[in-house]
Amino acid sequence: MSTFLRFRGTERYLTNEALEASVNSALALERPLLVRGEPGTGKTLLAEAIAEALPARLISWNVKSTTRAQDGLYVYDTVQRLYDSRFGDGDIRDIRRYIKLGPMGQAISAGERTVLLIDEIDKADLEFPNDLLHELDRMHFTITETGDEITAKQRPMVIITSNNEKELPDAFLRRCVFHFIDFPDREFMKRVVAVHHPGLDDALAEQTLQAFFELRNMKGLRKRPSTSELIDWIAVLKKAGVAAVKLDQSLPFLGTLLKKEQDVGAYADRLAGGRKYRS
Amino acid sequence: MFIDFIYDLRRNKVPVGLQEAVALARALALGLHDSSLEGFYFVARSILVHRESHLDPFDVAFAAHFRGIAVEAKKIHAELLEWLRDPIQRKELTDEERALLEALDLDEVKRLLEERLREQNERHDGGNRWIGTGGTSPFGRAGTNPRGIRIGAASGGRSAVKTADARAYQGYRSDLVLDVRQIELALRKLRAFSREGSFEELDLDGTIDRTAQNGGELEVVTRPPRRPNTRVILMMDVGGSMDPYAQTMSQLFSAAKRSTHWKELRIYYFHNCTYGAVYPTEQFRDPVKITDLVADCGPHYKLVLVGDALMAPWELLGAPSYGESEKSAAGVAWLLYLREHFERSVWLNPEPPSVWAGSTVETIKSIFPMFELTLDGLSEAIAELMRGSLRR
Repeated sequence: MSTFLRFRGTERYLTNEALEASVNSALALERPLLVRGEPGTGKTLLAEAIAEALPARLISWNVKSTTRAQDGLYVYDTVQRLYDSRFGDGDIRDIRRYIKLGPMGQAISAGERTVLLIDEIDKADLEFPNDLLHELDRMHFTITETGDEITAKQRPMVIITSNNEKELPDAFLRRCVFHFIDFPDREFMKRVVAVHHPGLDDALAEQTLQAFFELRNMKGLRKRPSTSELIDWIAVLKKAGVAAVKLDQSLPFLGTLLKKEQDVGAYADRLAGGRKYRS
Repeated sequence: MFIDFIYDLRRNKVPVGLQEAVALARALALGLHDSSLEGFYFVARSILVHRESHLDPFDVAFAAHFRGIAVEAKKIHAELLEWLRDPIQRKELTDEERALLEALDLDEVKRLLEERLREQNERHDGGNRWIGTGGTSPFGRAGTNPRGIRIGAASGGRSAVKTADARAYQGYRSDLVLDVRQIELALRKLRAFSREGSFEELDLDGTIDRTAQNGGELEVVTRPPRRPNTRVILMMDVGGSMDPYAQTMSQLFSAAKRSTHWKELRIYYFHNCTYGAVYPTEQFRDPVKITDLVADCGPHYKLVLVGDALMAPWELLGAPSYGESEKSAAGVAWLLYLREHFERSVWLNPEPPSVWAGSTVETIKSIFPMFELTLDGLSEAIAELMRGSLRR
């Protein structure tokens, strides 16, 4: 029987069958796992949970709009070398001193299995995923400046997150195992809350969930609150010693749930029955 | 039957190819599905589906194929392997896929698979059978792993077909109407960069090169920064038959306005047909002559017209009337004039293609490449706008 580690979530990270099937498929097939879903549904946390469960070292690569695929492999610090050539010390003829491995380069060159998180890949340039195809397939790259070839001894487990956006090229998608994180239903959310706030008063948990889901289902919100906001909100309520919340009154610490001025206005109009939030 | 399922997915525009089939065969051989239809549903979904807009067609096809059928795991495996071996199938493959197939050792997969089936026979009673009907899989996992908490679809509670039937992902279908953010993302593809302007960015490679040639004396080389270089003209039909689409139009409008990756965006309005002038406001004041616009904007501007292209035939082909100052040409002549001037132009139609036939829509469609105003249509339209830079 083939043996590979089955992912079942961790104490702090709850999963469901669909997510486990995706993670285990990715682990077994050695393909990148592409995770998509609304912001705040725990896409990034999943990578941490997998790293914890394997266990393996987690290497994060937070993609920004200016990130290039090459940066993930290595950066050749020419400026430093130029500087050293005039004023510095050390051996400037040794190019290796000026090659700095990026997150993906580190993951590939590590002797052991690592978990590589490529976070928010959709933020980068449109061509970015295509530029990564070869390295993701082969787990191999060459440092052109020195001619060094680096091949992974153990393929890193790659987790790629992307927001709810239709952005990624087909060739890239075909190589990934895909998982779409649903927004948790109430039952699941209750468990999530219990994990993050153990020993929370049952009544308060019920009320906050009630308020949260009603707020989420309200039409006309620009940014609907998500899991992380609920967790934060409960943390604030606990700190402030609030024992009960009700949606028909003014909600305490509304700012942790609704982050846009228009949303606060919409909330005031519909539920709080007044315009006290409107200036 | 399983192969039918794959072809059904393809018919529903879920691009399932050999790469996916091979991956699925491997996953099944490794026993990832835990010998249950439910497990099979999740594993197949994670491997065959690549974007959330395909989740719903997948659910529909899955429910249609696996409802009320008792499936034997071995049969699906055998069918899949048979399909992969089929020489006719190979003809349809791309080179990439063929190479992939050759790299895969089918016998190895088969051996693994049989091993799995034997193991299961030993472990559970009659364990190699999937029960598809009631959704009460006998192989429920009890979640014995102390590290994990099993939640959600508890075994036997919600069958795979039921999950598929729930069609929870209907909202993510991409052939349905779009929201502003999605439009913005689609529009983001409409961009190109070029280096022009003042020399204010440090050209590192150039600097090093020149410094080296200069015997180590530092010589700084600069270049113009990379800037977006796409200019877009958006013309929107308003009023009359377009009123039902007011919301879609305003979404497109706000998405276009928010797009920061264009060098220039001009928005104009017209009613039914452009004739000799368009208007910068929805109140139809301060007309801008088409001739002036064309003189002002070079052929490299991307022209996007949005409208239902539905009007009385005389409005398009007859003498000009509405808001017309140049008493010279019919509506269609102005459209042809625009089409001729701009290298790339498209017409976006909020009405579905099924109602395009037999009206002025057909005439306009023969002038401009026409696309439906959905996310898919918009992507196609943008591909058309970005296609090459040569004159058609």
